[in-house]
Amino acid sequence: MDSVSESQRTLYPYVTGSSVVAIKYKDGILMAADMGGSYGSTLRYKSVERLKPIGKHSLLGASGEISDFQEIMRYLDELILYDNMWDDGNSLGPKEVHNYLTRVMYNRRNKFNPLWNSLVLGGVKKGQKYLGTVNMIGINFEDNHVATGLGNHLARPILRDEWNENLTFEEGVRLLEKCMRVLLYRDRSAVNKIQ
Amino acid sequence: MDQNFDFNAPHSMGTTIIGVTYNGGVVLGADSRTSTGVYVANRASDKITQLTDNVYVCRSGSAADSQVVSDYVRYFLHQHTIQLGQPATVKVAANLVRLLAYNNKNFLQTGLIVGGWDKYEGGQIYGVPLGGTIVQQPFAIGGSGSSYLYGFFDQAWKDGMTKDEAEELVKKAVSLAIARDGASGGVVRTVIINSEGVTRNFYPGDQLPIWHDELESHNSLLDILGAPEPMNI
Repeated sequence: MDSVSESQRTLYPYVTGSSVVAIKYKDGILMAADMGGSYGSTLRYKSVERLKPIGKHSLLGASGEISDFQEIMRYLDELILYDNMWDDGNSLGPKEVHNYLTRVMYNRRNKFNPLWNSLVLGGVKKGQKYLGTVNMIGINFEDNHVATGLGNHLARPILRDEWNENLTFEEGVRLLEKCMRVLLYRDRSAVNKIQ
Repeated sequence: MDQNFDFNAPHSMGTTIIGVTYNGGVVLGADSRTSTGVYVANRASDKITQLTDNVYVCRSGSAADSQVVSDYVRYFLHQHTIQLGQPATVKVAANLVRLLAYNNKNFLQTGLIVGGWDKYEGGQIYGVPLGGTIVQQPFAIGGSGSSYLYGFFDQAWKDGMTKDEAEELVKKAVSLAIARDGASGGVVRTVIINSEGVTRNFYPGDQLPIWHDELESHNSLLDILGAPEPMNI
């Protein structure tokens, strides 16, 4: 009876990426993630790029199942392509891309077939900084600093304490490095190679 | 293990598969054991399958799943080659494998290593593990036997090896995995792909190095035993 409805459901992730951390700073957005792809408890791949540029204005960082992230990249490549084809001088900014991703993630969740990722989308358009996040159940919001996975528990308290609106590039990088170091200490699936 | 051997269990390949790039091409290697539960259904299987003249794939996991994926990819690549008018690139082959693996992730249980040579990018290795992730790597290992090789490759892998060094590495690695993984065994098969073409090699147990606690193979113990000495009874 149920032969059609069971056609596709991601039950559990196989190759996963660990946390992504991102902050707004004086001139824009800073984002960091390590380059590990874990296969269960094995740290199997150590050169996985989990931060990718989207169009001219945005950066997407993903944690969770890498194959689903690769599929999301394909959707976004198509989205950006169609946007460029309009050739109307306008280009999709981070807010628009974030909204698109939210719709995709939430609709997949409603069909009980989620893309097993937590995403961080940040960017700058016309001087306006934007930083948002969306996860596999469709929860999305924007904030001055976001993190996924264990980063929420380990990195955000540090950011809450030490973030301010006027971080310079160096201060921002140092802050993110501090977060990534804590994650390396305390997150078993972290590797010591970061983007 | 109890006495009820299930001879009708799905054929799984246990397996050790390896793909390594060297300066000029790639070397693919695999063991040859296919097991159904505890019984070895085929002790001389060929797990390195051709997709095109210049691209091969190492199969692991469920034998049926990996065979059907290879068959589909070979079919699509054949058509693609005709349309394109020239040999397909390794990247296209690997991405076709990924497409099938990702879109059927709930049904398939197979990890694949795609390796080959094309005139644009030279030798390339792509890993496509469970779930359908695609990862290009200078070397890839897969299958149940690969667990025993992570440390070995971390130490022994070097960039810019020659063809012979690369093949030696692959042979050594597969034979190490066979030594420790019950689901891997039989012979070591290698396939070398470069601009000149494809070379298949076959190494039975007596041509492989001996590891800790292993003995050299003989046709019979009689070859090394002398005449028995009379006993004092």
